[in-house]
Amino acid sequence: MSRTVTLRSLDPRIDRLGIPQEQSPFEGVPEGTHLETYEVFHQAKRGARHIHVGSIHAPNPELAMVFAKEQFARRSECVNLWVVRSSEVITFSPEDADLFETTPEKSYRDASGYKVMQKILSWKQRLQQEQTRQSTGNQ
Amino acid sequence: MEHRDALEHLLFRMADDALIYGHRNSEWTGIAPLLEEDIAFSSIAQDKIGHALALYTLLGDLGHPDPDTLAFTREERQFRCCHLVELPTQDYAIALMRHALFDYAERHRYRLLEQSSYAPLAALAQKVRGEIKYHTFHASTWLRLLGRDGSDESRARMQAALDLLLPYALGIFEPSPFEDELRSSGIFPGEEQLREQWLTEIIPLLEDAGYRIPPLDSIEPCYGGRSGYHTEHLQPLLDEMTAVYRIDPNAEW
Repeated sequence: MSRTVTLRSLDPRIDRLGIPQEQSPFEGVPEGTHLETYEVFHQAKRGARHIHVGSIHAPNPELAMVFAKEQFARRSECVNLWVVRSSEVITFSPEDADLFETTPEKSYRDASGYKVMQKILSWKQRLQQEQTRQSTGNQ
Repeated sequence: MEHRDALEHLLFRMADDALIYGHRNSEWTGIAPLLEEDIAFSSIAQDKIGHALALYTLLGDLGHPDPDTLAFTREERQFRCCHLVELPTQDYAIALMRHALFDYAERHRYRLLEQSSYAPLAALAQKVRGEIKYHTFHASTWLRLLGRDGSDESRARMQAALDLLLPYALGIFEPSPFEDELRSSGIFPGEEQLREQWLTEIIPLLEDAGYRIPPLDSIEPCYGGRSGYHTEHLQPLLDEMTAVYRIDPNAEW
């Protein structure tokens, strides 16, 4: 048999705010009153790409910006944020994950197979040598 | 130093406002209506304590004791905060409405102080500009959401909060004995000018957000705080705020 124990809070705020000690049982959130979720993208420096850092609940886009600032830009460097309604993100269905299954086997598509890199490197080297020669000549 | 008394009076009223307001807002930490809002409101409260620290530090530079001593050992009568920041907030609507009324006044006060002839205060005003811009953005967003864009209940509760708080908000601008001196020395243009600038912004903002403004001429502002006469709510707040400090005032943190 379980016994019901009423806990009295030691937190002074509970009394201060007149929060009832006996809470009525939680009856759930009425349909249609849930807050929307927003995805948050964080930009650390001007010109850097925005990186997805998480999601938040908010009642409207402006407060989504406010809450995103607090959650994700309070302690780390930040110059801008994007917030996007999660419902507006276009995505594959989890059932379509098989679309990507054979991707790891397609190593023949890797750019490492191309020989052009050597040409670029030797050209860069030549350019550098030429610049060094010029600057020595100027002195 | 010239105009020392006038400057100190201004710094004490600003510092005490920030400290008491920040402490009151921190009472919502852990129990604000939404998790994200809890963090946002707590963060704003923390910013205010930071402003108080900066202002007490300026007073320290003028020969007063360190910020902890100023914050935690003065008697209630020595505080210069306005009544608005002392009020307890049983309803989050009151906390949000006070946030809007107070922080728009802060915004204009610091804007005017950016031109202050007292360079350390002008530098501080420039430093906190971004923070206060964010605080007013937070406040005005909630004003609209719970007013014009809200439900009948949210509008009614916010309107009741506005009706309750307006006399206190007008008390922010209680004139000091140093108004002429502050103005002529270029330290601060004065509470009267601040009040006019605040009204020019806050009244249209409140109306646009869906609230009725009671006739301002019929409102008696709540004065007294600036000369040390406080509401019955300040002493219990000070008792609680200083409880840990008083256990061992010499403790190293």
